[in-house]
Amino acid sequence: MIIYDFLYKFVFNITQSAAIGDITAMIISGALPLLILVLPFTLVAVWLERKVSAHMQDRLGPMRTGSHGWLQTVADLIKLLQKEDIVASDNDRPLFNLAPILVFAGSYLVFAALPFSSAYIGSNIDLGIIFIIAASGFVVAGILMAGWSSNNKYSLLGAMRSAAQIISYEIPTILVILTIIMITGTTNLRTLSEMQTGHFWNWMIFGGAGLSLSKFLFIPFMLIGFVILYISTLAEVNRTPFDIPEAESELVSGYHTEYSGMKFAMFFLAEYANMFAVSAIVSAIFFGGYQSPIGYLGNTLGLPWMIPIEQFLWFASKGVFFVLVQMWLRWTLPRLRVDQLMALCWKYLIPIAFVNLIIVGLITVL
Amino acid sequence: MKEYFQNIWYGLTTVLIGMRVTFKHLFVPAVTIQYPDVKLKLPERERNRLYVNMDDCIGCDQCARACPVDCIAIETVKSIPGEDLGKTSNGKKKALWVTKFDIDIAKCCFCQLCVFPCPTECIYMTDVFEFSEFERDKLVYNFVTLTQSEIEDKKANYAKLEAEKAAQKAANATSVKPAEKEENKQ
Repeated sequence: MIIYDFLYKFVFNITQSAAIGDITAMIISGALPLLILVLPFTLVAVWLERKVSAHMQDRLGPMRTGSHGWLQTVADLIKLLQKEDIVASDNDRPLFNLAPILVFAGSYLVFAALPFSSAYIGSNIDLGIIFIIAASGFVVAGILMAGWSSNNKYSLLGAMRSAAQIISYEIPTILVILTIIMITGTTNLRTLSEMQTGHFWNWMIFGGAGLSLSKFLFIPFMLIGFVILYISTLAEVNRTPFDIPEAESELVSGYHTEYSGMKFAMFFLAEYANMFAVSAIVSAIFFGGYQSPIGYLGNTLGLPWMIPIEQFLWFASKGVFFVLVQMWLRWTLPRLRVDQLMALCWKYLIPIAFVNLIIVGLITVL
Repeated sequence: MKEYFQNIWYGLTTVLIGMRVTFKHLFVPAVTIQYPDVKLKLPERERNRLYVNMDDCIGCDQCARACPVDCIAIETVKSIPGEDLGKTSNGKKKALWVTKFDIDIAKCCFCQLCVFPCPTECIYMTDVFEFSEFERDKLVYNFVTLTQSEIEDKKANYAKLEAEKAAQKAANATSVKPAEKEENKQ
């Protein structure tokens, strides 16, 4: 928003053309999350994942590329760039080439509506949350495309499982988000974040802002909602314990078995972008989004320009925290069976989310 | 109904217990040994690459005969009278020039049988175990300290001595039995 306006004015002053200014500002501000957040985050997160998993298993993980292996992901990326781009003769070539782009586009689409700070939100649409749900459903098309065009039974099985899983786990996600919409009356993520301003006791997990009776009544249901949302979003990004679409030990990593080189890297990038997006959604809904839990340094020092930067750092660190919890879960829990996965969704998460929705609705009416 | 809630309770608590275990292990020191930089202490009587201290070798060929896979190849040349080959560290006098002492470590089975018969304890196991090569030929280790020209020199000296001896013998023989010598030639 502020960044877009700034870029627009900057380009407009040079070119004196509204159209060029608009397009340039849009492209640059649209690429910002990718360049500032997604790519560096993926580089760090892949390394962090390996280090966290290693230390949880009393190993050391990568140690030799850079100090404590922090350059490992860069080395891996360079390796992937050099790799041969293999397309098997029986692959459906156009779909096979399109699938990784579609998967990454789907997961990057989510970043358009994420409120990174009060100064920057890709697109401040009123249907923010609904847009995110719709856009993350878009990934399924890419995954199915990858599985089908690979012409490989494992890839196809993985893609089918992934589609089944993502679609069924969207229901509890939406039900929890509905309870939030009922309380706040908004689907705009920026407004939702602004409502949770102040200190951490104004966050939705603690019943939202204000000091009414309903705030305290909400707290247990918000906790249940948070757990359900966290579990179902974890399943939506195909992470362990819900990684049956990838399942290295049974499906040879599922829908991206046939991919090599940069196309494989695109899937990888999409997975980590998705992890961050999902964590960011959880933090935006329940944990105040970009709002600081303890007040801003910019306010104390009287430097208002610092506040958006601080907000971005809070947003990023909240997202990274939940990504770390995802990794923690990944290296703790074994993979669920398909029937267990479906039982968890349809027999536990959805009924509880429904009951939660009804109770929260009743409290809201009171 | 009771079972349903019990399942939820068990599900959540067991996940938390598992997470506590993994979190604790996050702070347990890693058991990994950074191999090329840090090495494990080898056991006391480990058997690794053979080494021959040629200063002590008397060329007795006992190690080569003990070897079950014939990986040691020794050739010696007798010294001529008047040559001083020195003594080994345990006081044995050396009498042979060792002109070839090759160990094909690719064949070696690390049985250590060659180490025990050595009278001067000059062949022994070291603690070197990283000696892989891309070509098998490079695993034939040559322990001889004499240079090629020295070896040829020694061989020539000995051949000369032998020739002299043979000549003397022949001279002696011809003076005794010339007829017999003729027969031998045919």
